[in-house]
Amino acid sequence: MLLLLLGIIFLHVAALVLLFVSTIVSVWVSGDAGSSDLWRNCTTDSLGPDCNPASTGEWIQAVQAVMILSIIFSCLSLVLFFCQLFTLQKGGRFFLTGTFQILASLFVMSGTIIYTVMSPEWVNGNYSFGYSYILAWVAFPLALVSGLIYVILRKRE
Amino acid sequence: MLTFLALASVLLLGIVPERSQAIVIYTGWERHGLVGSDIRLSCSFFSWRWTSEDVTFSWTYRPDGSRDSISIFHYTGGVPYVDNKGPFRDRLEFVGNPGRRDGSILIKNLDFSDNGTFTCDAKNPPDIVGRPSSVRVLVFETVPIQAGVITGAIIGVVLGLLVLIVVIYYLMRFLVARRVFSLSVSKHGKKKKEGPQQRQIKV
Repeated sequence: MLLLLLGIIFLHVAALVLLFVSTIVSVWVSGDAGSSDLWRNCTTDSLGPDCNPASTGEWIQAVQAVMILSIIFSCLSLVLFFCQLFTLQKGGRFFLTGTFQILASLFVMSGTIIYTVMSPEWVNGNYSFGYSYILAWVAFPLALVSGLIYVILRKRE
Repeated sequence: MLTFLALASVLLLGIVPERSQAIVIYTGWERHGLVGSDIRLSCSFFSWRWTSEDVTFSWTYRPDGSRDSISIFHYTGGVPYVDNKGPFRDRLEFVGNPGRRDGSILIKNLDFSDNGTFTCDAKNPPDIVGRPSSVRVLVFETVPIQAGVITGAIIGVVLGLLVLIVVIYYLMRFLVARRVFSLSVSKHGKKKKEGPQQRQIKV
């Protein structure tokens, strides 16, 4: 029982950490001439990296908003899990926690899809997707699975 | 003790490594302006050296879609020289303060043909190695959306909906509970009223 609890919490925290890293570090595309993120574009030349804020387009702002929302919802769901752990009746399901976590995973999914679709417009042709982009795509199924586990789980003693 | 510290700091400043002696120039990244209005393009620099008397600022302009840039402003030897032949003649004014490392210019009466990239290059001899900084000027008829507004709006709307749903849920629960409570009170009250009447009849 304790093992199950620890495993669930570990999964949730792993998804949360991935979300944080992918939003903050955010090396979404990179190439040999520099990298580009949700928040700024950096090019490297002989004098070092030169960073400028990202364009003020609507879609990149939407991706920023959606990634931040997914972090907020995942944090809320973790807090709710601990609340419900102590207040739920025996046999009850963690619906609220699962709902928030599934919503967080949907937000990540829409954010990464928007970024993938709009990326030809934003980035150079010879840039390739960086590790933060991959982390975001990994965080989505992790959060989805975690949310589904919450919905299915029943509280035992 | 104090003299020792002063000597040490002077020595350290003298042995500053080559890399940190690059001059760093700051302009904005993008500037938006309305047609017909004035726009101030700021340019300042950071340098490890004191501001020398031979400090120079120069601005060049590259229209959108063109590969050539023309020089429109130069400040040297304490005298600013503004454009008197090109697209900005009579529209350019120097509003900077070279003593405070500020080389800003003011462009009056913006037009759509002023869309382009303005590059500021500052030199503070002997600190002359640096990367010029460019600011993109976009001229609009109406004010466009600023960076971060849409982000904040989306986050605010979703969180607001969440709070609204929570409030409505608790309100419904409260109302339903109150209704149940008032119903049970009225039933209890009726029973109480009938009680003494029955007793009177009995008697």
